[in-house]
Amino acid sequence: MNDILILLYNSHLAQTVRENELLFPWIETFHVLAITLVFGSIALVDLRLIGIRALNRPISKISQELLPITWVAFLLATVTGTILFVSNALSYSQNFYFISKIIFLTLAGINMLCFQLVIGRNLEAWNHLQTLPYSARVSGAISLILWASILFCGRLIGFTLEPVLAIS
Amino acid sequence: MRNSALLDFCAYLENTPLALAIQGSFWMVPLMQTLHILAISALLIAALMINFRVLNVGNKSDTASVVISQYVNIIWLALPILFISGSILIVGEPARSLANPAFQMKIIMLLMVIAITLSIQKIRAPNGTPLRSDRKVKLLAVLSLMLWFGIVACGRWIAYT
Repeated sequence: MNDILILLYNSHLAQTVRENELLFPWIETFHVLAITLVFGSIALVDLRLIGIRALNRPISKISQELLPITWVAFLLATVTGTILFVSNALSYSQNFYFISKIIFLTLAGINMLCFQLVIGRNLEAWNHLQTLPYSARVSGAISLILWASILFCGRLIGFTLEPVLAIS
Repeated sequence: MRNSALLDFCAYLENTPLALAIQGSFWMVPLMQTLHILAISALLIAALMINFRVLNVGNKSDTASVVISQYVNIIWLALPILFISGSILIVGEPARSLANPAFQMKIIMLLMVIAITLSIQKIRAPNGTPLRSDRKVKLLAVLSLMLWFGIVACGRWIAYT
């Protein structure tokens, strides 16, 4: 594991990001932009699921208009996040909040799969409902809490990251 | 802008009991920053949905005026949250923000985009009839998207300037 991380740390990409003063903040800027759109679009779907917002509109329509934005933004967040990670792979992989963030991301992914494949398999069937079934409301609440935690952990990385030198 | 009056004010603010309390707590600043980012998320997705609709990007099943009424409230709800969380962050570290060119640029762009949002909102027809998407409105929508991007970028760059 450490060998892979050291390999990443010494890669051309990582060196470029570390040595260029402008690159790291700009990649961070796009990472922030991407995660705000990921969270914002997911939160609006979750708030409809829970029953807080846009009750007069069917969930199928809301998720149809927001989820394409979620996926494009998630792709951008993953690419920029990977570059940021690679630039300092050893430090990040030992950071408590980075590890927590990845765990929460995994849980959010599992929650989403449960919703897509089981709970909300047929969103059209709920078109006439204002209040959705209990399982859907719980799934929305879990998603909202997990994504807020992901953002919180992400922010805390910046306060707690300690330099770990790669010995090569 | 970095004159002595501003720096004096920052020095005064920095030593108020509230500022010292914020600086003394490990959790306060990251919590407020997270709240700030959550509110930005709500605001940005709302601005994106409205401006995309005005520019005819994506889903066109609802008219622009319908989309505006669905999303514009989120913007006006998020702004006070951003103002409060932002103010707490400023009090904690006044010189880092108030005297920072990236912060000053952010505030100027924010005032511009608020004015633009108000004028986009005003052209919403009250009876729900389609908004006429003339070139002026589309130009405002493009400007608005660029300004919101600039605001997010400046926000991140406060840490580096």
